[in-house]
Amino acid sequence: MRTSYKIANNIDWVTIGLYLLMVTLGWMNIYAAVYNPEHVTSIFDFTLNSGKQLAWIGTSLVIIIMLFAIDYKAYDSLAYGIYWFVILVLLGTLLLASPIKGSRSWLVITESVRLQPAEFAKFATALAVSKFMSNINLRQQNWKDQAKLAGLTLLPPIIIVLQNETGSALVFAAFTLAFFREGMSPLILIIGAVAVFVFVLTLLIPQWYLAGIITVLMGAYLWLNFHRIKRYLPTYIGMWAVILAVVFSVTYFIDNVLQEHQQNRIKVLVDPEIDPLGVGWNVTQSKIAIGSGGFFGKGFLEGTQTKFDFVPEQSTDFIFCTVGEEHGWLGSLVIIALFMALLTRIIHVAERQRSVFGRTYGYCVASIIFFHFLVNVGMTIGLAPVVGIPLPFFSYGGSSLWSFTILLFILLAIDAHRKLDLGRG
Amino acid sequence: MKYLEGRKYVIQAIFIAIGAVYLIKLFYIQVLDSSYKTAAESNAMRRVVQYPFRGLVYDRHGTLLVENTPVYDLMVVPKEARAIDTLKFCQLVGMTLPEYREKITAAKKYSYVKPSPFLQRLTNAEFAAIQDNLVDFPGFYINARTVRSYPHSSLAHALGYIGEISPRQLEDSSYHGYRQGDYLGISGIEREYEKYLMGKRGVKYTMVNVRGIEKGSFKDGAYDTLSEAGQNLVTTIDLKLQEYGEKLMSGGKVGSIVAIEPQTGEILALVSAPYFDPSLLTGKELGNNYMKLLRDPAKPLFNRPLMATYPPGSIFKLAQALIAMQEGVLTPETGYACNWSLVKCSHRHPYASNLYIAIEHSCNPYFYQVFRSVVNRGKYRNVYEDARQGLDNWNKHIKTFGFASSLDIDLPGEKKGMMPNANFYDRIYKRDGWKYPTIYSVSIGQGETGVTPLQMANFAATIANRGFYYKPHIVRSVGENGKPLPEYLVKNYTSVDPMYFPPVVDGMQLVVDKGTGRNASLKHIGVTVCGKTGTVQNPHGKDHSVFIAFAPKENPKIAIAVYVENAGGGAIAAAPMASLMIEKYLTDTVKTTHRKRWEADMISGGFYKWSD
Repeated sequence: MRTSYKIANNIDWVTIGLYLLMVTLGWMNIYAAVYNPEHVTSIFDFTLNSGKQLAWIGTSLVIIIMLFAIDYKAYDSLAYGIYWFVILVLLGTLLLASPIKGSRSWLVITESVRLQPAEFAKFATALAVSKFMSNINLRQQNWKDQAKLAGLTLLPPIIIVLQNETGSALVFAAFTLAFFREGMSPLILIIGAVAVFVFVLTLLIPQWYLAGIITVLMGAYLWLNFHRIKRYLPTYIGMWAVILAVVFSVTYFIDNVLQEHQQNRIKVLVDPEIDPLGVGWNVTQSKIAIGSGGFFGKGFLEGTQTKFDFVPEQSTDFIFCTVGEEHGWLGSLVIIALFMALLTRIIHVAERQRSVFGRTYGYCVASIIFFHFLVNVGMTIGLAPVVGIPLPFFSYGGSSLWSFTILLFILLAIDAHRKLDLGRG
Repeated sequence: MKYLEGRKYVIQAIFIAIGAVYLIKLFYIQVLDSSYKTAAESNAMRRVVQYPFRGLVYDRHGTLLVENTPVYDLMVVPKEARAIDTLKFCQLVGMTLPEYREKITAAKKYSYVKPSPFLQRLTNAEFAAIQDNLVDFPGFYINARTVRSYPHSSLAHALGYIGEISPRQLEDSSYHGYRQGDYLGISGIEREYEKYLMGKRGVKYTMVNVRGIEKGSFKDGAYDTLSEAGQNLVTTIDLKLQEYGEKLMSGGKVGSIVAIEPQTGEILALVSAPYFDPSLLTGKELGNNYMKLLRDPAKPLFNRPLMATYPPGSIFKLAQALIAMQEGVLTPETGYACNWSLVKCSHRHPYASNLYIAIEHSCNPYFYQVFRSVVNRGKYRNVYEDARQGLDNWNKHIKTFGFASSLDIDLPGEKKGMMPNANFYDRIYKRDGWKYPTIYSVSIGQGETGVTPLQMANFAATIANRGFYYKPHIVRSVGENGKPLPEYLVKNYTSVDPMYFPPVVDGMQLVVDKGTGRNASLKHIGVTVCGKTGTVQNPHGKDHSVFIAFAPKENPKIAIAVYVENAGGGAIAAAPMASLMIEKYLTDTVKTTHRKRWEADMISGGFYKWSD
């Protein structure tokens, strides 16, 4: 039976098509970002980011073939092994690497080739988490199992925070979406959403006013509905206390726990005047670049704002500016539509898996890509804090492209064999 | 588990919702709002950083020590400076074409579109000549900045200097917010109080067209911020006393004078000799002058009061007496013979029948026996172990005087100095390889001891206060009406009970009244000075001269330590200098012709001819 099974018939070519399209568009935009009209160089020039990115894309294709060549069962059986190996590399980097721009997260291979192990922690954690969820003895209500799962998910981001790469660590919050699909209480998502909402309110309104407003609204609601909800009174008072605690702890957290540049990245969301020399300038320039694109854009290589230094990190974290400026709203629409198509396709692929392992892993992939999209595009248009995480498949960078390729194609490799995976689920 | 399958719709709905929100926001900024287009079309929003005034520095009486004077930099934005008449420009600023090319290449290397300094610190004449003709050269503009200047050429070491931020600091995240070309405090107060002095930079966004002509502010200045001047500092220094101290130490003498107000821990004078004019390290010649000072064999950049550690010499006997009394092995009435077979004494003197006489004559054998009684307690049968335990117990006491640890003064670079403990000698002589006779030189402040002049002055202040000190500090307040930091209001007690201090104080009075420190007496103005001389043996040359003192005896106003390298005995240079400093501080002048002659001898170095 094994021999007559044709993998090619079962590979999800739609996803592969989307992947190739995105990687190619990303490469062209990287070229546009580093293009200098006074000193024209070829898109293949290896001294430019675009030339290097092409090399990263080529090596990614090799990685893809390797991922399909490996026995698909290995991803399941080696999940924990891979996880602990990556943890060891993370710890090694933290202890041994010399800091680059204040962060101990780079493995320097040669002067121009550097890898960031934090990128690879994402797929490793996704594998380990999926493996854990697929354990048939797992009882989700058991607090010990919950604690183990939380530990598995939180260990990598803790090390990454110690490496001073807070942005990459935040990505691990995305796993909650996958947990939600597998049965986590929706209450946790709702509480998370409320917390973010209250957080933003706290930035806008002085804390004592906000506390007053919340108390008055809550009091009015209780007073009007007192007979109906009398029995749940303690619950409501508890909620009230929790919200107030969030309000006051947010201010404390921002002022006392975060480093100054991190504070500014959050405060600048509601007040661009904060830190006009640093992050405020970046967001303003980024919005000018995108906003100047208009409906149709200025045309490929015709952008004026995303060249040189007006927008920082044009080819990495702020690559979306190039799209917005040169291809206008239509270009933005295409990119966002591509991401939506990819994400819904991944969900489709995940849902057709017969194993819990495969399905959970699929959701992890979708959640991680979504989180990067959410934060990266959000920050360029001033809707999310400036967190230095790349736009999947578009941003320049070997570590990021490799890690997203591995993340996605492990799923496709598992998916190609789904019909062999009988009797589990 | 079937019911969970519905959740896939929830998750996809979240994805689609975010995508839709982003598209709407993008539609708003890309299609509806046109202000971003105008900003981009004028194709240059120039961000002009408004540098604030750096805070000023005053002495304790409000005399200005550090101020700002304006200088002008010629800035260039390479992208906008493409189409200029280079030859004409070179004539204007007075440089050759290759020089111009070199500078513009350097600027391009930093950034094509951000301004970088082209010529720094123009003189007023250059500024006037260039300013009028600058309209013809788009891409170039004048940026006004200030540099530090010093109305008095005093206190260079403590004030420190400012300089351009280094590439290494730019990479470091703790210097977030600084940019290339920014100035920051490199040493001294300038560095320690950088965050107060620097103020807050402002920024002005102006729109500039292709020809470099201003087209008004971006969004009517909605994003502009004003700069805030840095905060002024009031130091604890008495400028007159400081200048007088530097005069006394002039002419190539090497050493330190530190004066402290015992009641507050405020530093009145902090002299490091040889010294230099602080204005050498400002302005155009900073780099050259710095290299000259660095290469000077007398090491004028070395801040001796904080960084030089010396054996303290005989002044250390005071600490030995205090600890011995606390340990109950010495009373003020204890007498020891001046037994030269134990250790040589400095001179022949009457029998030290009590502690007062021993201090008055600085009797070496006496303190040999005092320290021995502290170290050898007879608590262990093994003499080696007994010495180990005794020395460690002594070490605990001596540390509470602020020795062998940083006093945490508000200046960078302070050294800790050292005091030996049992482990230290174990490493040298191996365990059970040493006992009291091996280490006896510590009893008289020689041997394996290291103390900074600041610690010596703090020691004098501690005795003046009869048992405690305030952390010595040089800045009294941030802002003219600020309060001292809370940590400067804490009394740091030594482990010796205050009741043991008066006998030592009385001994110090005898030193000045009729003992080894007679040269420090201020009887002619009716002030009782308490002091102690020290003569530190120096294997490389003439002895170092040391003196610590405080005055008046009751309710002391000043505590002082003077350390003059290679000047001979403590009575010769350090004691007269200390008394002159005290007289100057308490009465503002030096009276009597006899004292004036001394003063001249100190300044000219005439004391070198005084024989031991």
